[in-house]
Amino acid sequence: MLTALMVLALALGIGASMTTLTVFHVLSGNPIPSKSSQLYYPQIDPRDVFNYAPGVEPSEQVTWIDGMNLLKAARADGQALMTGGTVAVQPPQSTLEPFLESARFTTAGFFSLFDVPFQYGAPWSAHDDQNSTRVVVISHELNDSLFAGKDSAGRTLRLGGSDFRVIGVLGDWRPNPQYYDLNRGRYNEDEGIYLPLSISQVILSFDHSGDTECWGNGGGGTYMYQMHNQRCVWLQFWVQLGTPAEAAAYKQFLVQYSEQQKALGRFLRPPNVRLRDVTQWLDYNKVVPQDVRLQTWLAFGFLLVCLVNTVGLMLAKFMREQGELGIRRALGASHRALFAQLLVESGMVGLGGGIGGLLLALLGLWVVRQRPTPYASLAHLDPSMLLTTFLLAISASLLAGLLPARRACLVSPALQLKSQ
Amino acid sequence: MDILPVLSALRRHRLVMWLLILEVALTCSIVSNAVFLITSHIERTRMPSGIAEHELALVEMADISVRPNGKERPQTELAALQQIPGVKQVALANGAPFASGSNTDVRVEPHQRRRSLNTGLFFGKNLLPALGTRLIAGRRFLPEEFTDLSQALAALANDEAREFPHVTIVTQAVAQRLWPGQPAVGKMVYVGKDIPLQVVGVIESLTRPAGGLFQGAEYSMVLPINADTSYDANKSNGLLYLLRCAPQDRTRVLKAAVATLKQLDPNRVLVRARTFDQVRDAYFQNDRALAGTLVGVCLALLIVTALGIVGLASFWVAQRRKLIGVRRALGATRGDILRYFQTENFLIVTAGIVLGTALAFALNLELMRFNAMARLPWVYLPIGAVALWCLGQIAILGPALRAANVPPVVATRSV
Repeated sequence: MLTALMVLALALGIGASMTTLTVFHVLSGNPIPSKSSQLYYPQIDPRDVFNYAPGVEPSEQVTWIDGMNLLKAARADGQALMTGGTVAVQPPQSTLEPFLESARFTTAGFFSLFDVPFQYGAPWSAHDDQNSTRVVVISHELNDSLFAGKDSAGRTLRLGGSDFRVIGVLGDWRPNPQYYDLNRGRYNEDEGIYLPLSISQVILSFDHSGDTECWGNGGGGTYMYQMHNQRCVWLQFWVQLGTPAEAAAYKQFLVQYSEQQKALGRFLRPPNVRLRDVTQWLDYNKVVPQDVRLQTWLAFGFLLVCLVNTVGLMLAKFMREQGELGIRRALGASHRALFAQLLVESGMVGLGGGIGGLLLALLGLWVVRQRPTPYASLAHLDPSMLLTTFLLAISASLLAGLLPARRACLVSPALQLKSQ
Repeated sequence: MDILPVLSALRRHRLVMWLLILEVALTCSIVSNAVFLITSHIERTRMPSGIAEHELALVEMADISVRPNGKERPQTELAALQQIPGVKQVALANGAPFASGSNTDVRVEPHQRRRSLNTGLFFGKNLLPALGTRLIAGRRFLPEEFTDLSQALAALANDEAREFPHVTIVTQAVAQRLWPGQPAVGKMVYVGKDIPLQVVGVIESLTRPAGGLFQGAEYSMVLPINADTSYDANKSNGLLYLLRCAPQDRTRVLKAAVATLKQLDPNRVLVRARTFDQVRDAYFQNDRALAGTLVGVCLALLIVTALGIVGLASFWVAQRRKLIGVRRALGATRGDILRYFQTENFLIVTAGIVLGTALAFALNLELMRFNAMARLPWVYLPIGAVALWCLGQIAILGPALRAANVPPVVATRSV
């Protein structure tokens, strides 16, 4: 009965903490491990002096003009300027109703910068950016629904009332968190359409969405004047810098750029720049939801209670076995042998708790997946978390068994035998 | 009941006693914080919006491509929507509480270096009557005060403050924050590059759009701007059609409104059509989910603690079987034995609660450090305490009854 209680308590603690830890692990993952320390998000501060105080963070996005200037300066190994939006897709099959699709309006460098895989075709070129060519890259999900998954490169797709030529279909690509534009949903975003920034924004003015911050009379995102509006930030700019030295040089370049713009009278604030890599950018934006952190904390508190509980029950169990232990001692078993035996017993409890905890964690993750949160479908146990579950369970139970086992081993054989 | 014998007996089982105290303390600290979190999240879902929530429906449409008649279309559409049976009010707005919308910094003096406040910004012809806000001071906008959005945007772009509206209506919260204890009507606020706006009215409350809620939900201002177009001259994307009708008509009105809009201009896609109740539900779904999780964690925690108490108490009873028999033989009644274990449990749980109170505040400070919660009000501690006292007494009842049933004859047997 005591053993069953211990296994149950441990299983509950392990189950709860593994559920939240798995969610935390999935959400705080590195979306691009091979390159995260080479991709940087430059920030400069083009705002006016209103609300300025030394030490304030610069703007989180760039204006059109600054984005274009930085892009043309081409001081990095790779770079892309972008913004999110929506586009109405008019399917080639007349049987399908037009629908809205999330889109990314960006420059040619995007695909190599973020290691985006292609299933068919290829990305557009810098030449297409300049000439505002009507080309589009689509996700393979969209390709599945529009072109039945066939190689659609060269086909025509009608977007927002204009014809575009499909030149590429993406492979399986869905970074989590979606780090390159945190204005968008941060998890499980699927942008189906990728269009050159020039054609989509300069010529056709497709709907941009996401945060727009304006100052002075920039107005609440006055789209109509956005292209020439130097008083709103609404674009994200990313660069690739291979070495820390290059990064330092780029940061210096951003300072120079700010000074130059200030000399021109465009910038009013003293140079205020940041250059964060992917991990720093995610940390700065506190990308893991606070609720998830909170739940992880609570779950570990819960595990602690379960552990204390197990220590108590283990103590009771071992004390009950003291008669038996006394006999073993009398028959010549060493302290060490008894201690080892008791630890093996607690390890077995841990194993049982681990199996139970695993089942409960699977149940817990299933519950998380039923939630309406955007990250719900990501909550799956991976092999590393599976291993963690058992390591956690067994080490927790060994830890819980340590003190009771030590006490129980101190049994004096004569006394125990006498009372029998 | 005499406490001293209980204490002296506990002194012989210090380790088990401390483990129980620790377990109760941890549970108490987690449960009191969790209960506070649950109530604050449930409380949050009840955040008032200041509008006629159960009578409102929202439709969002997106144009497929640029419209030639973008500027005239909204008037025709609003007139057509008004014709739908059951519709009482219609408006085309730039946002709605808990939904999309804009925010702006406001100042009370021109040339001020820092903002006085950041507020939600609403506009649209007939917006306030459609939302059903309550005017508590001053007046509503006059028809001649309205400016078209296209004109207002041009005024901003060309830095011509004269072409921009000159008046505004603010919420009571804004009025009290900017001019505490003074009447707000007649006061000036400044937006953008020192564009002056005179406050002509104060509404009771109007919660701001989702995007700025964390900066103070109750701060909103309304401008007399007529959403003749969108931020983009040739589309009305990003605007909301608001329809006010009787609660039971909402579903039907929504359907009819979508059909009417599509029929007037088939070259567009329905983004969303929702009742305001759905808007609220969607906005607060995370709070509800979190509260649900926390309730689950609390229950599991209490069950584990109860099981721990049952387990250890059973062990204790078994260990003291002979002693109990002796006490019974010496004249103790069943009630005495029962009360003995109940007192013992009460003392342990009380010690746990005392320690748990300290731990609860420590945990609260730690959670406050990363902004996950507010300071724990002390009223939540008695809740945790009472819960654990009850739990302890329920858990101890079984083992204590078993102890009380030990017959006195046990004393005469040698083990």
